[in-house]
Amino acid sequence: MLELFFGAETLASTVRLSVPLILACLAGLWSERSGIVDIGLEGKMLIAAFAAASTAAFSGNALLALLIAIMVSLGFSLVHGYASINQRGNQVVSGVAINMLAAGLAVVLGNEWFREGGRTPALSSDARFMPIDIPGISSLYDVPLIGVLARIISGHSLLTYIAVALVPVTAWALSRTRFGLRLRAVGENPHAVDTAGISVARLRYQAVIIAGVLCGIAGTYISTSLSASFVRDMTAGRGFMALAALIFANWRAWPALWACLLFGYLQAMGTRLQGVKFGTFEIPVQFINMLPYVMTVVLLAGFIGKSVPPRASGIPYTKDR
Amino acid sequence: MIKKLLGAAALSALMAASAFAADDKPAIVFDIGGKFDKSFNESMFNGAEKFKTESGVAYGEFEIANEAQREQAIRNFADQGYSPIIAAGFAQAAAVEKVAKEYPDLKFAIVDMVVDLPNVQSIVFNEHEGSYLVGIMAAMASKSGKVGFVGGMDIPLIRKFGCGYAQGVKAAKADATIFQNMTGDTGAAWNDPVKGGEITKSQMSQGADVIYAAAGATGLGVLQAAADGGALSIGVDANQNHLHPGKVLTSMLKRVDVAVYNVMKSGKDGSFKAGIQALGLKEDGVGYAMDDNNKSLVTPEMQAAVEKAKADIIAGTVKVHDYMADNKCPVE
Repeated sequence: MLELFFGAETLASTVRLSVPLILACLAGLWSERSGIVDIGLEGKMLIAAFAAASTAAFSGNALLALLIAIMVSLGFSLVHGYASINQRGNQVVSGVAINMLAAGLAVVLGNEWFREGGRTPALSSDARFMPIDIPGISSLYDVPLIGVLARIISGHSLLTYIAVALVPVTAWALSRTRFGLRLRAVGENPHAVDTAGISVARLRYQAVIIAGVLCGIAGTYISTSLSASFVRDMTAGRGFMALAALIFANWRAWPALWACLLFGYLQAMGTRLQGVKFGTFEIPVQFINMLPYVMTVVLLAGFIGKSVPPRASGIPYTKDR
Repeated sequence: MIKKLLGAAALSALMAASAFAADDKPAIVFDIGGKFDKSFNESMFNGAEKFKTESGVAYGEFEIANEAQREQAIRNFADQGYSPIIAAGFAQAAAVEKVAKEYPDLKFAIVDMVVDLPNVQSIVFNEHEGSYLVGIMAAMASKSGKVGFVGGMDIPLIRKFGCGYAQGVKAAKADATIFQNMTGDTGAAWNDPVKGGEITKSQMSQGADVIYAAAGATGLGVLQAAADGGALSIGVDANQNHLHPGKVLTSMLKRVDVAVYNVMKSGKDGSFKAGIQALGLKEDGVGYAMDDNNKSLVTPEMQAAVEKAKADIIAGTVKVHDYMADNKCPVE
């Protein structure tokens, strides 16, 4: 039973499933900290997943796939940025539009190019980001405790390590660098930043671009590492779960990592607890699958702690009052 | 004058209506997953294409993108006079029932579900029989004595696959362990290869080395994860052996292509019959796939055992329990 809950395989699965959440959550963090609400995480991941899978199918090159996916996701990001920064549009509406556009466009283009009903062909292993075994680590596998840890750390794709490394980078950049502090100020009180002679639009665009890049990596991970082709709607709500994690983490980088790992763990358990009986009692899988959302709602209702979004988040900036 | 105009308008409306009426042109409404899912829907599509090339009669088709479109699509074809109208999948039953009542002169067919109306043909398959055969093969191919089953949406139909499989496994190896998992409870469970892959990895980590997927496009993730992890997999509905040559043990064939072809043909030559059509091993409605891709995986002993079971089921000496008969499975 302990093996089921805390075994190396369960925890490694947790890491695998958390990676897209971590990347999307960091993307949302950057964007929302600058005052741009990003409902479109899901859509950007989806179109990036499609771009990566198609590029890899055409070229057989995983790195090129990553690059193209980032550029496509970036393009969608800039559309969102233009709508919400220059045009001062409703950011939620723009985000929803991006989700719908991505879902439709991927299938239409996919069907046109590959004639498989919006799917892309299965990729061979050299066109994918395959698991990397850290050299020499397998000798530790049989050591108690450390062995479990070794098996959790090793055997992931390059993108996983990038995702985890981006957490301290984000935390540091947002709290220790001039750019990060200004970016946060723009999300709290853009008028003050403007008065200090710093361009609000420029900072917000920078944040939106970072979000685009991160979603691009997340999408690539989903279609070329977690699976080996693009399938319609394959992000399956992970963008929204990342938003829930962001709220859960109170818009902070380190808590975001833990929230995403927790949600990833619940997903991993959801597939493992099916049909497992505790005496005569069987935990309904539906209950585990809904836990992330329930926890977020309970948090928002103020039972676990207090979650405070950036003050200017979602409000378009206008100079004249 | 006004009367004349009205008359002309009515006449032109009539002419327009008859111009649009597609006499005896069949139509097919695919289910979520789409006609290129390499599985259930694609198999139906192939049957329809075969009819088209043989008879030269074009058919109407529609791919459902969301639940709300089912009734619309079927009604739309009925409005235009298509007949027979074939609905793919159990989920379309309610829509077929509603529209078929409103158009008693048209013929309808539904696959995988029973709609009891005088103008509807219900085609169901004995998936438990085909699954029983691949279960035998899985048990014999497994070295660990542990095998897996990954279902799509948790519905009785998919449990029927799993239950037949489990019975086959136990028949060949009484002490074998079977892990059974479902992907989800909504239509999204047919389209989530990532989750399918994770379930597969979880089953492999528990020792399973042959895994049977009955999960639509989710199954592609199962086959991929099994191929990556060095386990064997079993495909479903269409022949999926070619997806990972040498790594897919076999596929449980469900000849929906034949069913679709027959319905379309019977609609054309007037032999269409309403009522329930159950296609099993006897009718060649289900079976298992053998080709060059899995030749090296299937030993002569395995094939002999499967063929014997097939003959026994057809002769009636072996009875495979149908989960949908009582929503229970005798083995786990």
